[in-house]
This record gives sequence, C-alpha cells and structure tokens, in this order.
Amino acid sequence: MRLWVEEKDAMNVFGIQLDPVLVRLLLGVLGILVVASVIGAILARRATTERGRATVSNLNARTKAWWVMVTVFALALFVGRAGTVILFGLLSFLALREFVTLTPTRRGDHRTLFWVFFVITPLQYLIVWQEWYGMFVLLIPVYAFLFVPLRSAVAGDCTGFLERTAKIQWALMVCVYCVSHAPMLLTLEIQGYAGSPLSLLFYLVMVVQLSDVFQYVWGKTLGKHPIAPTVSPNKTWEGFIGGILTASGLGAALWWATPFLWWQSGLVSLGICFMGFAGGLVMSAIKRDRGVKDYGALIEGHGGVLDRIDSICFAAPVFFHIVRYYWT
Amino acid sequence: MSGKTVSFLGRLVTGARAHWKGCEPDPRQRIYFANHTSNLDALVVWSVLPQAVRERTRPVAARDYWTGGWIRPWLAKDVFHAVLIERKKPTAHDNPLVDMLEAMGDRHSLILFPEGGRFPGPEPGPFKGGLHHLAVKRPDVELVPCYVENMNRILPKGEFVPVPILGGVTFGTPLRLEEGESKPDFLERARQSVWALAGE
Repeated sequence: MRLWVEEKDAMNVFGIQLDPVLVRLLLGVLGILVVASVIGAILARRATTERGRATVSNLNARTKAWWVMVTVFALALFVGRAGTVILFGLLSFLALREFVTLTPTRRGDHRTLFWVFFVITPLQYLIVWQEWYGMFVLLIPVYAFLFVPLRSAVAGDCTGFLERTAKIQWALMVCVYCVSHAPMLLTLEIQGYAGSPLSLLFYLVMVVQLSDVFQYVWGKTLGKHPIAPTVSPNKTWEGFIGGILTASGLGAALWWATPFLWWQSGLVSLGICFMGFAGGLVMSAIKRDRGVKDYGALIEGHGGVLDRIDSICFAAPVFFHIVRYYWT
Repeated sequence: MSGKTVSFLGRLVTGARAHWKGCEPDPRQRIYFANHTSNLDALVVWSVLPQAVRERTRPVAARDYWTGGWIRPWLAKDVFHAVLIERKKPTAHDNPLVDMLEAMGDRHSLILFPEGGRFPGPEPGPFKGGLHHLAVKRPDVELVPCYVENMNRILPKGEFVPVPILGGVTFGTPLRLEEGESKPDFLERARQSVWALAGE
C-alpha cells in the first residue's frame, strides 16, 4: 500500500501507518455524528405533533444511515487507493443502475446498456486505477459518447433515437464520469502539501455533504422562500444561503487538512458547495420529470445512492480541476 | 445452495423489491397471478416473498423451458419446487389444471402467469382460462394480482445477458370470483387488476 505522508509524520495505530490529518478529520466527523445522534434523541422525546414526529423520525433515520456511510467511506480510505477506487466504482455502478431504471429506454438499447454497465464503467475505474489522465478525461466524452449511438443504431430501432442516446450519455456523464473525478484526486501530486490526497478527498466529500446537511437544517428551521418551487419545494433561499455559508465557513476552518491557505480553503469550499447545490437541483428536476420522489430506496431516510451523491457528481470534477490547475 | 441463497441472488441481480399495496404478506393459501414479460419473472416474484411465504409458494412454469439445460431443471425441481406444466399440447391425462390443483393441496400457494407466455408489455395480454378454473375449484383461496415491473428491460425476450436495471413486484388487493360472473368478465377483471398496479 502506498502511503503518501512521510514515515516520520505517519500515525501508528496497531501497527498500521495512518495519515494523521485523515484521522483528525474522521474524528471530527464522528464527533458531529455523536452530537447529531444526541440531538435526535432529545428531539424524539420532545416532538408532540404528528408532523413533528415524522420529521424527527426521518432525521434520526438519516443520522443512523450517516453512521453506516461514514464507516464504509472511512474503511475504504484506510484500505487506501484500492479501497477508494473500488468504493467509488461501486457507487457509480449503483447510481447508474438507479438512473437507467428511471430512464425509459427501449428494447433496442439492451446491448448498449450491457456495454455501459459492464464495459465502459469498469474501464473508466480501471483507468483511474492506472492513473492514466489522458484517457481518463477522454474515454467517456469521446469514445463512449460516439460508441453509444453507434451500438443503438446497429440494433436498428430509430424511435426516439436522439432522445434515447442523450439519456444514456447523460447517465454515463453524471453517474460515472463526474463521480470518477473523486478517486482521481488521489493521482494528483501537490507541491508542498504534507497531507495525503486521501485527506483531500475526505475534505471534498465532507464539505459537500455538510453543505447538504446544513441546507436541510436551515431550510427546515427558517426556510420560507422556495428557489424553484416546481423543481423542489424543499430547496429555499434561506436553506441555500445558510447552508452554503455555514459549510464554506467550516471548509475555511479545515484549511489545515488541505494545501490551501485559510481564505483559499473558504473560497474553494464556496465553489464546491455551490456546485453541490447545482447537482441537487438538476437531479431533482430529473426526478420531478419522471414523477418520483427518490432515485431508489437503498439508504434508509435518504432514498437511493444517487439521492446522496447528486451533489458530489457536480462538485467533484470542478474541485478536481481547480486543484489540478492551481496546485499542481 | 439453498432457496435462501437463490432468492438473495435473485433480488441482487434484479434489484427487485416487494411493494405490498393491497394486502400483507401472509403464508395462507393464495394464487399470485402476474404479467409475464421475461424468463426472470417466476424467479423474481418468488424471491421477493418473505421466507415463510416463499417456502410454501410454488411457481407454475412451462415444462418445455424449465427442463432445458442443467441449471433450469435443478432450479425448478430442487429450489422453486415448480409445478411444471405442458402448455403446448394439453391432453386429458396431461392436463395442467389437474397438476396445479394437486400441487396446491391444502398447504401450497401458486405463482401463475395467466397470459400463458411472454408478452412484450407493459400492458398484460389477454388471460387464458386457467385462472378462472382454479377460482371455481378453489373458492377458499385468495387470488392476488401482481405486477412485475421492468423485467422485460432486465432480460427481454430473445436476450441472454441481463442488464442490472432495478425491478419490482407490486401486490394488489385479492380478488374472488363474483356470483354469476361470466368467465370472460372475470378474466378481464383479473387482467385489469394487474394492469392497474402498473402506475403505483
């Protein structure tokens, strides 16, 4: 296993060398989860109205699921690059599955979908594993995007051809291409950065998810003015501004885990929080169009995998390219 | 490999979940009748049933399909305890209805696809008479409509590699044969009760 930090900086836990920055970030998250669980337990006792009880029970289901998600994510990171690439590959696969299920494809797309699920998606993650940057940026937007309509054309069904092609391409773009930028962070060689890229990945996921959580919290407590009522009545200006500012502030306070100065960290966080919001809004619009509330039911209280990672889909590529452009 | 493992694999591959809309899972004797679009249908309806129900539920399946190769006969016989019926040339001594009634006895439930073959869907095709016959012979048994979703997308007719789209089975409100209801009326009502579950 490759350890990015110098041996003298590494933290030794039961003989396993760990990145101390990553351990500190993780302890911070565990602290937040403990606080959230305690607050949830108190609220559960206090809730009196029917609606209040439903909200609190959903909140507690979400917190419980967070414990599981944080555990899985942390385990993958501690296994190292292999664990991380495999975890994100699986997330892409599950998200793609949820997306394609909602997309009305036709009989003629069957073989195309086979390629999308079992060849293109694994190939993209194999390329991430190989650290082949040139092919990483090209495989989906060039080769896969040209291959998908070709395979469907060979199948011979022309009904809604362009629409079907666009939907499959967009599924690949959001669920595979965008998500794969998160583990691709591990390939960046950042000058003068003492921590490991694993910490940087943890920072990205943590800031984006905190932004989601605080948008939910501010929206539930103060939210009055919906931003796009036809898309998502739960996304309000109060939640948007409060959530993004809170998460960006926390992002700035986490500068020690990154190669950024504190104000740079705040600005980068602001950018990824905004992208995260954009991802949530766009993915909601697709759900409304298909007439569903959630993409799936895999994660109790949250919905499907895609409901949880929609913000990462949009934030990861932008974060990756900001870091790559300015810091490597 | 036990029924538990096969049903777990079935749910893993098809991502299928049960939606109990019109009744609760119950091990009492029932006939689950469903639309039929894919060879995975029998596996998936059987897999999403809770174990206690699944153990007493036997899919009714075409003998010509389920005796081919080596996996299918094993699945049909040792795992599903399927009731294999002759659908091409039923004769007096090879009557599928007798086999079905016999297979039910006083303990087992059946999974039945009354279209008698796979229809590309999504709307189920006309039902054959077997369901009516069973309803007449066994008025004590609940007839539960089921809508199997997306199986034709996971494994369409004529394809051999499934793609991992998420499926689902919706269970509706049980039907009974009404007094004085004619056979075609009953079969059409049963068909509509399956189709009505599609949007839910």
